[in-house]
Parts: sequence; C-alpha cells; structure tokens
Amino acid sequence: MSDHEPNVMNRRAALGCLAAWSGAAVVWTVAGGVPRALGATSNGKIEVPKGTFTFAQISDTHIGFHKEANPDVVGSFHRAAADLNGMQHKPALVLHTGDLTHLSKPEEFGQLKELLTEIKVDRIHTVPGEHDALDDGLTGYLKNFDHDGKQRAWYSFDQNGVHFIGLSNVLNFKMGTMTSLGDEQLAWLKKDLAGVSKSTPIVVMAHIPMWTVYAQWGWGTADADQAIAMLKPYGSVTVLNGHIHQVLQKVEGNVALHTAMSLAYPLPTPGQEGIGEPGPVKVPADKLGKLIGTREITLVRGKHDLALIDTPIDHA
Amino acid sequence: MKLLFATALLFTAAAHAETTVAIEKFAFTPQEITVAPGTKVVWTNKDETPHTVTAKDKTFTSKALDTDDKYEYTFANAGDFSYFCTLHPFMTGIVHVRAK
Repeated sequence: MSDHEPNVMNRRAALGCLAAWSGAAVVWTVAGGVPRALGATSNGKIEVPKGTFTFAQISDTHIGFHKEANPDVVGSFHRAAADLNGMQHKPALVLHTGDLTHLSKPEEFGQLKELLTEIKVDRIHTVPGEHDALDDGLTGYLKNFDHDGKQRAWYSFDQNGVHFIGLSNVLNFKMGTMTSLGDEQLAWLKKDLAGVSKSTPIVVMAHIPMWTVYAQWGWGTADADQAIAMLKPYGSVTVLNGHIHQVLQKVEGNVALHTAMSLAYPLPTPGQEGIGEPGPVKVPADKLGKLIGTREITLVRGKHDLALIDTPIDHA
Repeated sequence: MKLLFATALLFTAAAHAETTVAIEKFAFTPQEITVAPGTKVVWTNKDETPHTVTAKDKTFTSKALDTDDKYEYTFANAGDFSYFCTLHPFMTGIVHVRAK
C-alpha cells in the first residue's frame, strides 16, 4: 500500500472531509473488519493493483424524478456510466442499492433497465428501495429485476470469493416505527449464511441503512440488529446501503456499514439545522455534481480486504 | 314536517362538509383535526417526495401521491382515526370524528 502514501490521511481527517462535502474521493480498506481511510483524491483516480477484483456501487437513481433538485437525473446517470466505463481497470460488477425509480412506474423501471445496459460490466445486481415498492408492492420491481427467479427481492450469489447478499427492507413500514426486514427474510438469511465459511468476505446490500442513522426520519431498520448478529462471526462483512443520499459509515466489530451518495439529488444531513425534514436539497447546478456520484470497491486477492472509493460525478 | 325539513337540511350540509389537510415538509398539517360524521377530508401533497395517507389499521389508504396529487376520504362514522405515510412512518396524523 506504499503506492498510496502521498495520499494517506487519517480517519478523522477523512471523515472531516466527508462532513464538509468536499467531494473528494475517499479510499477505504476493510482490514480485519476495521475500515481504514487509505487516502483521498481530488480526481477520483485510484491506482488499482493488478489481480484485484473490483466492483462499483451506485444508488438512488430515482428515474422519473424531474423536480428542481435535479431536473436531469438521466443526464446524471449517463455521466456516472461514462465514468465507470472510462476506468482503466473496469469493475467486474455493479451493485445498485435501491430507489431505482422515483414512482415505481413501469416506464421508469423500463428506462432504468435500458440505462443500466450502458455500463460495460458483466453483471448488475439491485435491491429495491421504497420508491420501487409503491402501490402494488414489489410487483413492478420483480417483473424487471428478479435476480434468481424466485419472485422475492432477497437473494445471494458468489463472485471472486466474495459472498454477496441482497436484502429488501422496504415493505414492512408500520406507523411510527422504522422499517424492518421481517421474520421470513431473517430466517432465509440464517439459512443462507449456514453455507458460508467464516473466512469468506461478505458484502450485504440493502436500501435503507442497516443501523439507526436517525430514527426521527426513519433512517434505520428496526430488526437490523438480528441480521448484524448473524453476520458478526464472519471475518469481513461490508454492508452497503443507500436511501439517505450521503456518505456515512459505522463500524461494529468486523462489520462495517456504509451509505452511498445518490445519482439523483442530495438529502440533508441527519437532523440538519434549518431544514427539519428529509426532502431533496436544492443546490446550485454547478454544485450538484459534487454531491452525487458512484462508489468503487476493490477486493485485494489473498488479503480479503475491501477498499471503497467514493467518486462524485463532478471531478477534475 | 318543519322538523323533518330541518333534519334533511342538516344532513345535506354534513354530507357536503369538506376539510383539507396539507402534506408539506414531511408532515400532515394540521396534524390533528376534529370533524362531524360525513365530512370529506382532502389531503394534498405539496412535497417533491411522494407520500401516502394510510390508516393505522389499513382500513383506508391512498396510492402514492406525487406532487400536487390529492386523496379524499369521507368519514361516515364517529371515532378516532390514526393515519400515517407508509413511506415515512414517522409522519402521522389523526382525524377525530364526533357527532355534534
């Protein structure tokens, strides 16, 4: 990792940058379950060592949204796709952590499906957001994104030695509480994990944060603790979430949880003073590209470390 | 006869009573209302984010309301009706229906 030394910054400094929305890309490694900021770059270009398995996370594309906060979400998507395609070391797969659409309309799912073909990768995996589950639940979502043909929104797969798990936490909303995964899905998770060795790196994707970011705005999952308890015995667990349209992270033992930027529009920080509600934040057009973007994740072979790189759409 | 006529008038008035609730900044405003039986309540979403109006016991529910979409529901019987937004369950409201 000596290649990165000029860019090394400590965790506090990295978090400080994120809090100030500097827009700089931040590289993280998850070594032995403890994420460490390797460095931040202003141009989003990170050297990827040869022989590493790389994947990217995108989130909250909200296709169908056309309000002031971002009148051109499709344009934002094109730019993110071009960025990913322009990488010297292209990611092997792309994960979309939900809110594919804004209003679950068939034409919105159709448009997103077509847009995803722009990204030159072998596999694209998704989990639903609550915006993909309006009115008739996950019917429209599953018509387009039923990854294992089982007509449910949770599934798992293995690639390059990493066990990927997609979860759905966008259907069980009850008055006055946060969302939940539900007993059926938790039982499935337990069964799924039973076949995974403790040394296998695990990447979990779910739309709404799997830890309580801000209960007053419903930014959390009521029964996530049960899922995290099942994941704790594993050596390297990375949980990727969306929903809150900003980068936050939390570490619990070997489990590192991260939320990603949106490709559509920014949301306020939890309880942000003077805002009071989690609605789209309007920023000047030239600032928007700094607040939305993609994430690239690298697995270093033989080490089972995961490095995360957040790249805003606007970068030098 | 006079009494009957008055009752009919009253009934007509009640049947046409209407009150509005705004959905704005992730809140129902007013959050709590008291209406007579037969009152139609009309909710309008003024946010850029979709919301729903859904009874706690799910006896009534709107579809997802986009900006400026409306949902109306007529409360026939007396009672207390708690409701929320299924997308943002921290958004809650209550309609008290009281005979005068």
